[in-house]
Amino acid sequence: MLAYLLRRLLYAIPILIGVNLLTFALFFVVNTPDDMARLQLGAKHVTPEAIGRWKVEHGYDKPLLLNSAAEGSAQFTDTIFFQHSAAMFAFEFGKGDDGRDIGNEIKKRMGPSLAIALPVFVIGLLVNITFALLMVFFRATYLDLWGVVGCVVLMSISGLFYIIAGQYFIASLWKLLPISGFSGGIDGLPFILLPVLVSVVAGIGGGARWYRTIFIEEIGKDYVRTARSKGLSEVRVLFRHVLKNGMIPILTGAVVVIPTLFMGSLITESFFGIPGLGSYTIDAIQAQDFAVVRAMVFLGSVLYIVGLILTDLSYSWVDPRVRLQ
Amino acid sequence: MNIQPVILWTDALIFALLVGVLVLAWGISRHEHLRAPWGVVARRPMAMGAALVLSVFVVIGLLDSLHYREKLAGSQADKPHYSVEVLSAFDALVGTLRTQHEKTYSAPLAMQLYAKEFVEHDGVTRREYPRLQFGGAHLDDAASRMPDITRRSAVGLAQGLALSLLLFGVLAGWQAHRTQVSLGEWLARWGEGRLGWPGRTVVGVLTLLLLLAGVLVHLATAYHVFGTDKVGQDVLYISLKSIRTGLVIGTLTTLVTLPLAISLGIAAGYFRGWVDDVIQYVYTVLNSIPGVLLIAAAVLIVQVYIESNPDLFDNAAARADVRLLALCLIMGMTSWTGLARLLRGEALKLSTLDYVDAARAFGVSHTRIISRHIFPNVFHLVLIAIVLDFSGLVLAEAVLSYVGVGVDPSMHSWGNMINGARLELAREPAVWWQLGAAFAFMFTLVLAANLFADGVRDAFDPRMGSRR
Repeated sequence: MLAYLLRRLLYAIPILIGVNLLTFALFFVVNTPDDMARLQLGAKHVTPEAIGRWKVEHGYDKPLLLNSAAEGSAQFTDTIFFQHSAAMFAFEFGKGDDGRDIGNEIKKRMGPSLAIALPVFVIGLLVNITFALLMVFFRATYLDLWGVVGCVVLMSISGLFYIIAGQYFIASLWKLLPISGFSGGIDGLPFILLPVLVSVVAGIGGGARWYRTIFIEEIGKDYVRTARSKGLSEVRVLFRHVLKNGMIPILTGAVVVIPTLFMGSLITESFFGIPGLGSYTIDAIQAQDFAVVRAMVFLGSVLYIVGLILTDLSYSWVDPRVRLQ
Repeated sequence: MNIQPVILWTDALIFALLVGVLVLAWGISRHEHLRAPWGVVARRPMAMGAALVLSVFVVIGLLDSLHYREKLAGSQADKPHYSVEVLSAFDALVGTLRTQHEKTYSAPLAMQLYAKEFVEHDGVTRREYPRLQFGGAHLDDAASRMPDITRRSAVGLAQGLALSLLLFGVLAGWQAHRTQVSLGEWLARWGEGRLGWPGRTVVGVLTLLLLLAGVLVHLATAYHVFGTDKVGQDVLYISLKSIRTGLVIGTLTTLVTLPLAISLGIAAGYFRGWVDDVIQYVYTVLNSIPGVLLIAAAVLIVQVYIESNPDLFDNAAARADVRLLALCLIMGMTSWTGLARLLRGEALKLSTLDYVDAARAFGVSHTRIISRHIFPNVFHLVLIAIVLDFSGLVLAEAVLSYVGVGVDPSMHSWGNMINGARLELAREPAVWWQLGAAFAFMFTLVLAANLFADGVRDAFDPRMGSRR
């Protein structure tokens, strides 16, 4: 078990190096720092001096990979690659264009992101499973048929529509909840309700239908027939057997997203004014703050890989047949 | 020649795709075993109704992909100058819808502007809602607006109904002749749903579409059916123009990356060993980067490239078009991994089967085994992936436009419409029609695509058969 975990962690390193090289290539080789400076300072009428100044301010005035002017190991360390890309492995993200330390911002903003993402994840999972079980219970009836059609209709609505309609009707027209904003502690509850509600409703269509397929697949298996032939009631079959076994693919599919919950949701956070990592990222994209985008890419892939490892562990936890070696 | 044809990059790809689909359809229709699953799709009412709606979108999108530039009125015959504005066959078809601009917002079917202005009447200046230049301009006063709208809708409905009855008659006659039954017998079979194909649904959807088209045509000639936007453009026109953008993103994104997904996925599953390791490594790396961020990073970079090389593009339409194509490529690059993984698993399974072993024992080359024995057996997965991805991509466009990394702001798209109008809901009274139109069009396209995709998946996925 421990050996397996160690091997998986070691396997994560080449992947992170790959992510790092890819972002480095995207941000510094395809686009030179000169291009970035020109974009930031306005494309036309930029003097070379202004570009030079911008590069010094952001620490981009060094050679990309090899600094032949320096001595000894500084040949490698005093480069853009080492200081801006390799440093990420130590979670040194540097400063954003607004001069604030990116690492500090991430720490500060993780809380608000989780305050939205975690309830959405848990409530969403419960609601979707409930709807899926209901449809499976009434399978091959009109209730099931229209349930599936309803799911497809819900899936076909743009996520933006849920947010805009939710804000307009619930917050703006009926004034039930604040339209946006955030505050820590228990005072923050009214601010959280609306984004959570909207996100859960937006996820029902896809989620419930997907889980229904899993349960339907499960219900055709031999052990279910055995359970029925024992004379168990349909409710008991559904809850004791089908739900338990169906949870294996559902849980393992859900576990992979748990770490990425820290990243928050770009759209929800930005619409509801939540000061989390999602709105941080979207602001950075819109302000073309490459340092922040790069940091978020790296953080996101680290969390994704953690999720993959957790998925493997959860497999062996929920399904005793799976042994990790 | 009064026009100069313009072929944008995406136009060329769209028509290449069209040719490809036609060739494929011709090939499929000649083989019984390939035709069979499509026959299953054709017997499903939901799928066929959705296909009809989709085909309306596709026709509009194709018409909108025939681009040209008009000759300027003052230029000489031997040295013609063409307008910088790139138009399409669709623009020519809708005629005045494109050019009838108002000053600013106006509500759907309104005859007055949304905002009050100072208007001079016989030397007296008053503050009131000014009349629209085009919307309801033929009316004398506000009292005659409702009767006029009702009359036009009724005429449109009647014409739509007449046309659909005519079409139905032709269809009934032709089908009755083809299947050699009497007209009455065919109608009875149609009414009872015993045709072997979903006749009632097809006729019903067709009638609905024609009724809608009739009403729209009659109203749109005299009013702005969905109102006008901030700069006074007709919202109906913009929504219709956005269809092409949605279709391009939904289809070209998958198309440009299919070769990558197919070749890498099958290679990983078939050759195994180090090939598999390398390919798995590549797609784990791509997968581990959050999709939106990778797209954002790549789009920002394309933006820098376009801005630092302005002389490569001769007009604004070409620039917006290259950005659209780049967006498709980028979205494809981040989404091919799912299909590749699926194909790898399937190829892994197939390559251990006896007939593949037999082929190897006979000394058949790898390329031939893959093209003859592996690829045809995973093709259904490719097809299902194409139809399932389509709707997700159309929806993603709106989100990406909101983030600021979507299509060019000058391009008509539902994402841009939503992005431009979402803050206007806070105005009093709310400006809802632009959002409403964008969401309604997007919803119709995506719903139709989803329903059609469901039909295709059920027919092609062998695992689905046991569940029905």
